[in-house]
Amino acid sequence: MTGKRILAFLAHRLAIFAYVVFALFPLYWLLKVSVTPNKLLYSEGIRMWPSRTSFEHFEFVLRHSDFPVFFKNSLIVSGSTAVIVTALASLAGYALSRFGFRGKYWIVALMLLTQMFPLVMLVAPIFKMLSPLGLTNSLTGLILVYTAFNIPFATFLMQSFFDGIPKDLEEAAMIDGATQFVAFRQIILPLTLPGIAATLGFVFTAAWSELLFSLMLISGNDAATFPVGLLSFVSKFSVDFGQMMAAGVLALIPACLFFLLIQRYLVQGLTAGAVKG
Amino acid sequence: MASIDISAIRKSYGILPVLHGIDLEIRDGEFVVLVGPSGCGKSTLLRMIAGLEAVTSGEIRIDGKRVNDLAPKDRDIAMVFQSYALYPHMSVAKNMSYSLRLRKTPAEKIASVVAGAATKLGLDPLMERRPRALSGGQRQRVAMGRAIVREPKAFLFDEPLSNLDARLREQMRAEIKKLHQDLGATSIYVTHDQIEAMTLADRIVAMHGGIVQQVGSPLELYDNPANLFVAGFIGSPGMNFFEGRYMRSGETASFALTGGAVLPLPSTANLPDGSRATLGIRPEHVILGAEGPDAMLAKVDLVEPTGFGIIVHLTLGSVAFKAFTLDRRFLGMQGEVAVRLPVPNLHFFDEAGRKV
Repeated sequence: MTGKRILAFLAHRLAIFAYVVFALFPLYWLLKVSVTPNKLLYSEGIRMWPSRTSFEHFEFVLRHSDFPVFFKNSLIVSGSTAVIVTALASLAGYALSRFGFRGKYWIVALMLLTQMFPLVMLVAPIFKMLSPLGLTNSLTGLILVYTAFNIPFATFLMQSFFDGIPKDLEEAAMIDGATQFVAFRQIILPLTLPGIAATLGFVFTAAWSELLFSLMLISGNDAATFPVGLLSFVSKFSVDFGQMMAAGVLALIPACLFFLLIQRYLVQGLTAGAVKG
Repeated sequence: MASIDISAIRKSYGILPVLHGIDLEIRDGEFVVLVGPSGCGKSTLLRMIAGLEAVTSGEIRIDGKRVNDLAPKDRDIAMVFQSYALYPHMSVAKNMSYSLRLRKTPAEKIASVVAGAATKLGLDPLMERRPRALSGGQRQRVAMGRAIVREPKAFLFDEPLSNLDARLREQMRAEIKKLHQDLGATSIYVTHDQIEAMTLADRIVAMHGGIVQQVGSPLELYDNPANLFVAGFIGSPGMNFFEGRYMRSGETASFALTGGAVLPLPSTANLPDGSRATLGIRPEHVILGAEGPDAMLAKVDLVEPTGFGIIVHLTLGSVAFKAFTLDRRFLGMQGEVAVRLPVPNLHFFDEAGRKV
C-alpha cells in the first residue's frame, strides 16, 4: 500500500515536472541563444548550452539598436492600457454587478458580440477611422485601440469579482453614512484588490505582446512597440537570432517583475468565486 | 430615539406585489418584532425603513419626518444584518468607528464612544482583530457594537441570530433584550423564529403574504390569535386544528369533528348553525388520561420526550394532533388514551380562517 502511494506520488511529481519542462523549454532556448556568440550559433550544432557564453548581443541591443525606444513605447502603451482598462472595467463591472437598468441585457450582449470577431477583420476599418484623426503612428492611437479591445473581457472579469462580494457590505456602509460611491471606494474596492491585480496583469500582458495592430498602425521606429521592434532584427537576407533573442529576454523582464509584484493577489484573484470568499 | 410611522406602504417588484398596504405605528423606545414565514415581506419592509428598497407607494416617517426619498445615510438609523456584514479589511475597532469617521467625529470622541461600546459588549481584547479571526458570536457582538456607537434614532435587526448555533442564539437573545433595556432605543427586529419574537418583543407584528395578520403583545397573539395563520405560527409545538361543523340547538351547541366525534359546547359561539369551521387548541391544553362523559379515545402514535416535558402525537378519528404534558407517567404510553379538549381553551375560526 505504501509502496503504491510512493509510486503514485512520484508519478504525479514526474508529470508536473514534465509539463513544466515542456512549458519552459522555449524560454530556456531563448536565453540559450541570447548568450551564444554569433560565431558558435551555427557552428556548434544543437547543444543544450554553448561552449562559450557572451553578452555581446545584449550589449548591441542596448547600445546600438532602437530597442530601448521600443521598450519604452511598449511600457507606456501596456501600462496606460492596463491602468485605463482596469479603472473603466472596475466601474463598469460594478454597475453590471449591482445595478439593474434599462438596456443592461443589450449592453452585455453587445460587449459579448465584440469578442466574436477575428481581429484581422477589424484592422482595415480601424486604420481608416484612426487615420483622419491623426492617431495612426501614435502611441495614443494604440492605447485607444487596446483599451477598446480589452474592456469587454476585463469588465466581465471585474463583474465576477464584484459578484463575489456580498451586497450586505455596501448596504451596511450606506447605513453607516456612506454614499454608494464612498461605499464602493472604501469598502468594495479594497476587497476587490485581487481582482484588480488579475485584471491589470491580464491586460498588461495582452497589450505587451500584441503584434497585429501595432504592426498595422505604426510605421516608423519612433512609435513602434517591442513586438514590432523584434521584427527589425529580421532583415532581407538574414535573421539576427542572437540579438532578437537578447531583445526577447529583455522584454520578458517587465512582465516577470509585474507578475512577481501582483502574484500574491493573483492566486487569490483567479480562484475567487470558486469558494465563498 | 424616535417613533416610526408606516402608513399604507406598498411594494411591488415589477408587476409582482410583495407588500399590500402596511400600516404600523412604532412608538418611541418600543421593541417591535416583525415575524412571519420566508417570503412574507418582513425583510422587505425593514429594508424599506432602512432606505435600501424604494417605496412603491405609501409613506414612512421617522421622528415625524417623511423619509421616503432620503438616502439610508440621511435616515440616522443603524442596522444589524443576518450576515453581520462586517468590513473584512478593517479591524474590530475600525469596523465600529467607521460610521463616526464618516461623520467626521473628533478622534477623542470616537475613541471614548468605541471603548464604551466595546466594554459594554465585552469586546475589549478583540479590538485589533480582523473579522475573520472572530467566532460567530463575537462577530455578532461587533455588528451590534457598530450599531450602538452611533446612538441612532432606531435600530433595525434583520434576522441577526439565524447564523448562530442554538445555545449562542439563546445567549445573544438575552443580550439584545438587556441592551434594549439599557439603551431604550426604538428597535425593529425581523425574524422567522417565533420564540425570538415572543421573548424579545414589546409588540409582535405577525405577517403573511405581504399583509399584517395581527399586531399585539406576545401574549395577546398567543392567547387570542386573530386568525388561523397567527394561531398556527405562534407557539411551539403549534396549535392543533380540527375541521368540522358547528351545530347550534337553542342555548347549547356542539362541534362535529370531521372524523365523527362530537364535542358538546355549553355556550354558543358566533357561528351560524351548520357552518363549516375550524377548532383550535394548544397542545398544552389537551388533557391526557381524562375521565368523564366528554372524554374521547385517541390513538397514541409517538411519544417525544423533550426533557422539560413530553410531546405526544395522537390521532383522533383520522386527524393527527399533539398534546404536551409535564407528567412523566405518559412517557411509556401505548395504544389508546382518553383525551379531553377543555372548552375554555378552544379557539374557533370561521370558514375564512378568522377567529370568532
